[in-house]
Amino acid sequence: MSSDSDEEPIETTTEENPKSTKVSTVEKEPELPKFEKGIADKIVEKFGTRIKVAFVKPDRVRINVSRDDVKEVASFLRDVLNFDHAESVSGVDYPQDKEIEVVYHLGSYTDSSLSRQILVLATRAQREENPIPGNDATKLPSLREIFYSVEFHEREIFEMFGVFFQGHPDNRRLLLPEDWADLPPLRKDFAIKGR
Amino acid sequence: MNTELPPGLALQKVDERIMTLNVGPQHPGSGHMRIIVQIDGDFIVACDPDPGYVHRGEEKMAEYRNYITNIPHLERPVIHDSCNILYPYVLGVEELLGIEVPERAKYIRVIAAELNRCVYTMYWLAIYGIFLGHSTMFMWPAGDRELLIDLLEKMTGARVTHAHFVPGGVRNDLPPNFEDVCLRQVNYFEKRIKEYAAIFYDNPILIARTANTGVLSREDAIRLGTTGSVLRASGVDYDIRKKEPYDVYEELDFQTNVLKEGDSYARSKIPWLDMLESCRIIRHALQKMPKSGSVRVKLKPNPKGGDASVYKRVESGRGSLGCYIVSDKKPEPYRVKLSVPSFRNLIALPYLLKGEKLGNMPSVYWSLNYWPVEADR
Repeated sequence: MSSDSDEEPIETTTEENPKSTKVSTVEKEPELPKFEKGIADKIVEKFGTRIKVAFVKPDRVRINVSRDDVKEVASFLRDVLNFDHAESVSGVDYPQDKEIEVVYHLGSYTDSSLSRQILVLATRAQREENPIPGNDATKLPSLREIFYSVEFHEREIFEMFGVFFQGHPDNRRLLLPEDWADLPPLRKDFAIKGR
Repeated sequence: MNTELPPGLALQKVDERIMTLNVGPQHPGSGHMRIIVQIDGDFIVACDPDPGYVHRGEEKMAEYRNYITNIPHLERPVIHDSCNILYPYVLGVEELLGIEVPERAKYIRVIAAELNRCVYTMYWLAIYGIFLGHSTMFMWPAGDRELLIDLLEKMTGARVTHAHFVPGGVRNDLPPNFEDVCLRQVNYFEKRIKEYAAIFYDNPILIARTANTGVLSREDAIRLGTTGSVLRASGVDYDIRKKEPYDVYEELDFQTNVLKEGDSYARSKIPWLDMLESCRIIRHALQKMPKSGSVRVKLKPNPKGGDASVYKRVESGRGSLGCYIVSDKKPEPYRVKLSVPSFRNLIALPYLLKGEKLGNMPSVYWSLNYWPVEADR
């Protein structure tokens, strides 16, 4: 039984483009998993319209925040909702929006009721066409003070996307050579030869 | 270049007393990895891990290939654990495409994943042995590993790079008579690895060298976001197979291994205890597996995901392995991120080595269950 995605009613979320709020999954209340809905509601209650709940799926809740609020939201997630570490931090480049998205996947070891849950915290930085990593406007506040575990992940995003994390104590290259002088390689305009 | 960036230990000058030492990037058996340490006499003052010597841009490559052709290259970061590194990717693609996997395929996947976990752990254990100068412990695991590699070769056709998991099931059904051979080999394998206790884990020399070195407290293990054997050796009971069961792990009978000490000895013992559990899982799965049925759902050519993103994770030989896939209605993924356990555990290395003797560095480093090629991707 193969099903192609064109016919499949795959959840239309607002995550890719926060401006279009045509279909919001939060409105379809009976389908939403209860526990995850509770987590999303707590965050909405605290921050109101400053955050946007992109989706609520089984075991996964995603919220989008602006770069100014990301530290405050992250502190709330750690102190009140007991998320204690970051599993993964990913960058996603959106050249057409002139933005780079940074996605934190947060989990919890200490709170057993949250052990299945991953809270997805996404924020976006302005994207420079001609990046000078560290000296341009592609900047985000670092979450290292709040989640210690993001230290190496943020270093990786700095070199791969050119997002400078303000407040990160060790903004150095990690995987790339020290003398790398090209574009940050995971940006979409860095093309692989022959492709 | 940017002048604001901190120089890092390699260039940093301290004083005459402190010596900066480059360890690596040559490395026996695994991949290249450099550790820059500052030592005061015999004691490590500071440490700066420098991965990246085997960075091959797997994530970038994945953006140029469609969901199916991504499979053979995404397993390359850990060829010894190739089923487990493909697992979250395959689960994620299945969720994106809305595929339901046949029951028999789920059991075959679990068996392959557990066999692979043992194959990886044996290789890791062999290198751990040679790091400590215990050459028998290099020969035995390297030899016994062949038992399971033979099984995987029968199952998938390849010794290490299997590319066996595909969205919708597994590539091939089991060969005839596989269940009996598997049961016999796994039983013998279990008997063999139990013998390792006498020469390695109960060996007073090993205990003297690894107990109470590189101690990671429970709080630090959580704060640093470590995973897998490192986390469970520090007393946190967290195994994705139990906490967020995927495929048929929920129906299988096994337990997770947790130790409280948090030292190199505990960290090196957990993977060995896990292998004993893996043998139980394989036996139980062979028993419960449907004896016939489909093992693969036929997909349309060039399947496309919706406008969505998924994050899936599994427990690999080293810990929780996550895969974040962003799809934009094209046959190729928009972004694939592998959140690998080696990369997550590396952050603990500077904490463990601080104040440790230089001679303990190999055992502390390798007890992190770290695979350089995987961390670099």
